[in-house]
Amino acid sequence: MARVVVDVMLKPEILDPQGQAIAGACERLGFSGVRGIRQGKRFEVEVEGEADEAKLDEVRRMAETLLANPVIEDYSLHVG
Amino acid sequence: MTARVGVVTFPGSLDDRDAERAVRLAGARPVSLWHDEPDLRGVDAVVLPGGFSYGDYLRCGAIARFAPVMNELVPAARSGALPVLGICNGFQVLCESHLLPGALTRNSSLRFINRAQPVRIESTATAWTNRYTAGEEIRIVLKSGEGNFVADDATLDELERSGRVVARYAGDAPNGARRGIAGVSNEHGNVVGLMPHPEHAVEELTGPSTDGLDFFTSLLAHLESSPAAPAAIG
Repeated sequence: MARVVVDVMLKPEILDPQGQAIAGACERLGFSGVRGIRQGKRFEVEVEGEADEAKLDEVRRMAETLLANPVIEDYSLHVG
Repeated sequence: MTARVGVVTFPGSLDDRDAERAVRLAGARPVSLWHDEPDLRGVDAVVLPGGFSYGDYLRCGAIARFAPVMNELVPAARSGALPVLGICNGFQVLCESHLLPGALTRNSSLRFINRAQPVRIESTATAWTNRYTAGEEIRIVLKSGEGNFVADDATLDELERSGRVVARYAGDAPNGARRGIAGVSNEHGNVVGLMPHPEHAVEELTGPSTDGLDFFTSLLAHLESSPAAPAAIG
């Protein structure tokens, strides 16, 4: 069994009010030097067998179809 | 013959009963459709109601998009044959299904908004707004946490150019929606997504107005003026 990690982030041009709220909390807590925070999602996909190209392709299709909304989000994946 | 209007219930739908009531008050017969049954039961039109389908897990509407009932709905809606109104969560489902452009994201204020909202009808060239007057201001309920409509500039320009912005918030968009957009349609005008809730503004007793009823009477006028659209067209 292998694990493929899919990270999904809002595209840079999409407003992320949640990230902004978190950045505001950091400032109040005294974590200085934070320029900005963007919040994303991480999916850990466990696949049967090895994470070969075919499996990665399948996870990629899954990311495009379901895990991410390509209108507002980008995704990246790595074997983790 | 009385028009039959399907109202889909997903797990987590909240406003299906109100939508059915609005359909009935407008003079049509509501037909309950269940998310797990791949059958539109021959209805003349469909309302996707508000709520939190599948708990809004992943993204609002992202899982509902793949419900069995959508298998028949999506191609019939895309072809222009089947009128579909998506309200709030239903609008989110239509965007996730790519029947409508753009996406609905978290309100810019991060606050859930619940209020009577002035909304301006921009386009009457749809199956669901033909009984309004362009520029008419109505007051219906807005109640959503993720109603911030976003799309890239090219898409927004195209929506405006082709008259597919159906409604805008009067004054500032309370949720940050781009260009104040509260509702859009597809290119045929049969599919409309709307963030505020016309079905909650159909009776004096419970609504801020009765301004929402004409979304449903518009549908009836549309169905009378066009040949019956078999829902199964693919």
